Amino acid sequence: MQFVRGLVLAIAVICASLPSLAHADEAGLRALLTRLATTTNFQETESVVRDLAATGEPAVERILSALADGNLYVRKSDQGVFTGKEDGQTLSLSDPLDGTAAGTAAKADIVKVKVNNALRRTIRDVMGGLTLGSADPTVRLSAASTMLKRPDKTALPALDAAIAGETDATVKAALAQARAAAVLVSDLGEAEKRAAIAVLANRGDSDALAQLTAFQAASTGALAETAARSVAQIETSMAAWQVAQNVWYGISLGSVLLLAAIGLAITFGVMGVINMAHGEMVMLGAYTTFVVQQAIRAFAPDLFDWSLAIALPAAFLVAGGVGLAIERGMIRFLYGRPLETLLATWGVSLILQQAVRTIFGPTNQEVGAPSWMAGAFQLGQLTITWSRLWIVLFCLAVFLLLVFIMKRTSWGLRMRAVTQNRRMAASMGIRTPWVDAFTFALGSGIAGIAGVALSQIDNVSPNFGQGYIIDSFMVVVFGGVGNLWGTFIGAMTLGVLNKFLEPYAGAVLGKILVLVLIILFIQKRPRGLFALKGRAVEA
Amino acid sequence: MRGHFANWTAAAMAGIVGAGLSLASPSAAADDTIKVGVLHSLSGTMAISETTLKDTMLFLIEEQNKKGGLLGKKLEAVVVDPASDWPLFAEKARQLIEQDKVAAVFGCWTSSSRKSVLPVFEELNSLLFYPVQYEGEESQRNVFYTGAAPNQQAIPAVDYLMNEEGVQRWVLAGTDYVYPQTTNKILQAYLQSKGVAAEDIMVNYTPFGHSDWQTIVSDIKKFGSTGKKTAVVSTINGDANVPFYKELGNQGIKAEDIPVVAFSVGEEELAGLDTAPLVGHLAAWNYFQSVDSPANAEFISAWKGYTKNDKRVTNDPMEAHVIGFNMWLKAVEKAGTTDPDAVIDAIVGVSVPNLSGGFSTMMPNHHITKPVLIGEIQADGQFETVWQTAGLVVGDEWSDYLPDSKDLIADWRAPMSCGNFNVATGKCGGKGTTN
Repeated sequence: MQFVRGLVLAIAVICASLPSLAHADEAGLRALLTRLATTTNFQETESVVRDLAATGEPAVERILSALADGNLYVRKSDQGVFTGKEDGQTLSLSDPLDGTAAGTAAKADIVKVKVNNALRRTIRDVMGGLTLGSADPTVRLSAASTMLKRPDKTALPALDAAIAGETDATVKAALAQARAAAVLVSDLGEAEKRAAIAVLANRGDSDALAQLTAFQAASTGALAETAARSVAQIETSMAAWQVAQNVWYGISLGSVLLLAAIGLAITFGVMGVINMAHGEMVMLGAYTTFVVQQAIRAFAPDLFDWSLAIALPAAFLVAGGVGLAIERGMIRFLYGRPLETLLATWGVSLILQQAVRTIFGPTNQEVGAPSWMAGAFQLGQLTITWSRLWIVLFCLAVFLLLVFIMKRTSWGLRMRAVTQNRRMAASMGIRTPWVDAFTFALGSGIAGIAGVALSQIDNVSPNFGQGYIIDSFMVVVFGGVGNLWGTFIGAMTLGVLNKFLEPYAGAVLGKILVLVLIILFIQKRPRGLFALKGRAVEA
Repeated sequence: MRGHFANWTAAAMAGIVGAGLSLASPSAAADDTIKVGVLHSLSGTMAISETTLKDTMLFLIEEQNKKGGLLGKKLEAVVVDPASDWPLFAEKARQLIEQDKVAAVFGCWTSSSRKSVLPVFEELNSLLFYPVQYEGEESQRNVFYTGAAPNQQAIPAVDYLMNEEGVQRWVLAGTDYVYPQTTNKILQAYLQSKGVAAEDIMVNYTPFGHSDWQTIVSDIKKFGSTGKKTAVVSTINGDANVPFYKELGNQGIKAEDIPVVAFSVGEEELAGLDTAPLVGHLAAWNYFQSVDSPANAEFISAWKGYTKNDKRVTNDPMEAHVIGFNMWLKAVEKAGTTDPDAVIDAIVGVSVPNLSGGFSTMMPNHHITKPVLIGEIQADGQFETVWQTAGLVVGDEWSDYLPDSKDLIADWRAPMSCGNFNVATGKCGGKGTTN
């Protein structure tokens, strides 16, 4: 009862103080800003930040977020503090309090107010309190989650007020959880704390677990027992999510393996050409993406979100064209001589690598992510990154398209006919040399579009392809040479297996174990998971 | 069979040597030049990092020739490509010294390549300037280590996190080879000496070029969610860094929550990345491009002019080559000759300006004094210094935190002239003895 009365009192105090704050004199803030200009170390800046936050003025939010983003500058001539926006070699300045323009300044004439992690953390924490009343629900949500991670018992009245005024259900729940975390570190009674434990146990994620573990360690008696039960409960549910997470990571890794291997499944799997330059086709696709993005940045920046879609056909044509040239210029003279093919294509791979190194330089090139591929979302306790999700979907689409071409088009029919029995196909009037050439070009083109997707998760450098060539052969051989579905199952199996081994064995040993398992498997089934039967085998 | 193979190798060697001769012959006639060997990979995996250092050396030599060369002679660069192939480093080093008769060699990046050329430099008594931060536990008479030893990079970085950020839990993540393993061993010993419990240290190794970081990043996230402040100390090398940082950004690990301090990520590595999600992650070096000093501003603008590229960045190993090259020039002038023995005697104590506004001195252990800077990544791909040591730090070749090297010191001045003198037994020799 007493608590409720305190609560009402707190709200009343806050409400009463609001109008007076709005009238607080600007001079106080200006004085604090001037202090900011003369700080010499991070501790001093931090004390100014705390003083600024203590004024509770709405304008403080703008100053602090400019400071956190590194946009606050001091003019050397008069020690004036401004927010600056980069504009070529100069900065356009504006007043940090009311945002009015204040001319421009050369970079040499101003100094940035330095921030470090600790300062950014302080700003985020004090902003949490300031932004609880923001009009934007996402800002309120992030304020709530900050307050959950760093509970503060003095924020309880503000939280209670915010909960009372909240209309958005998601934000309200997050605020209640933040309040529960604050209750656990406060001096409130056992009943309150028991309720708070229940709220946090309901949330059930690692943040809640961190708060409960800390509370359990600090408390004794029945409360500690309740907390321990909740901790155990969260840990069990998190273990289950862990399995789901491993499966997802496995699928995601599998889709990367599949993308890299799928072109090889055609050139090596279907045609039987040991193509060591396959990785370089993937690399060419990635570099095509880079070139397309550079062109878009230069000529049509608005189209940047479409850059990957534009790069796809370009990468297919570039890699496919190079593949066609390699087949016509070299590989067709080497059919039936696998060792020579291996050496010749390896040479081609070195030539391509060095050519790219000469043209673009040896360093990594920056391939940007379109906005729809950045970030992550929560699915229960799973964090799923958008880039990975899109790659899984893209990989499935490419795979299904390829299966369709092979199984449902007349071109695919000819391709299969030639690879299964070349002389019979030729007698039927199929121009086998051209089928060979275009099959190889198709495989290379597919590798090129794989490069577009992989450029999003790996670094685009001349060595890009090297990292994928061994994995690709592994997948194709494991899945069964000449079988697209085998490649699919093979890639996914290896992906999931790898991700289940990794947490226990570590990345290095995990990879070795997978290789050993594959060797043992190939001993037992030399033709892979799904061996082709019939005459094709003898060819 | 074996005989055949040997014949083959001999033939191949003859071919390589022949090629070397034919390359060198036009210049061999000119006796009025001093030759400087540049031994950096221009192809293969390490080309990404080493090509820039080759350019740096060519740039420095050109600048020096404009100033009149050395001892009245012009300098001439002899560039070879060891192609990221460790045994080839030894072969190329031998070629530089025996065939091209270079006065000194500037080169190597990985510890494996350095270890591969050590016996060659010892046998043929020549000079190597090694510009990259490394794991220490070595001091060789013919080698000058101008990069950072662990106490000039790793230990101050950990101190910074412990004192300024209040970090209590540590993830030591590295690529699986000698530099990260030795560095992590030293760091583990150091952290435990500071009272960090074993369960608060997580060590993780990944293969070269590791690209799937999902599991490891989510493990780090979990390790960091116990309420104790957590940081990652990364000795992840080369290509694996970009996907690692991309995954960190995607999984929303902010520098304010779990900062990552890296020892192998510089301006060059960040050039291939969108750094906006990485603001606040740290790196420890002895130089940043953003360092505000007149010497640095001059160097950057000259470098950009030389490469005719306004976007070319500078980095720490480049500065190490600048210092090493200037030290060599000064030592040769002091000795009046390029003879290796005279230069080795003359160079100890030589002091040259570094780019961060101070001076670096060559110490008797063939390591140099450097300031240590901690920088935070900014949205424009540069680092901003947030902390630096009050004075210069002397490179410590034998770590004080490893039981079998804490009694060792190196001093190449006469009369000691020893790379692994054991102060406990008073004898030269012990760990790291090469003969």
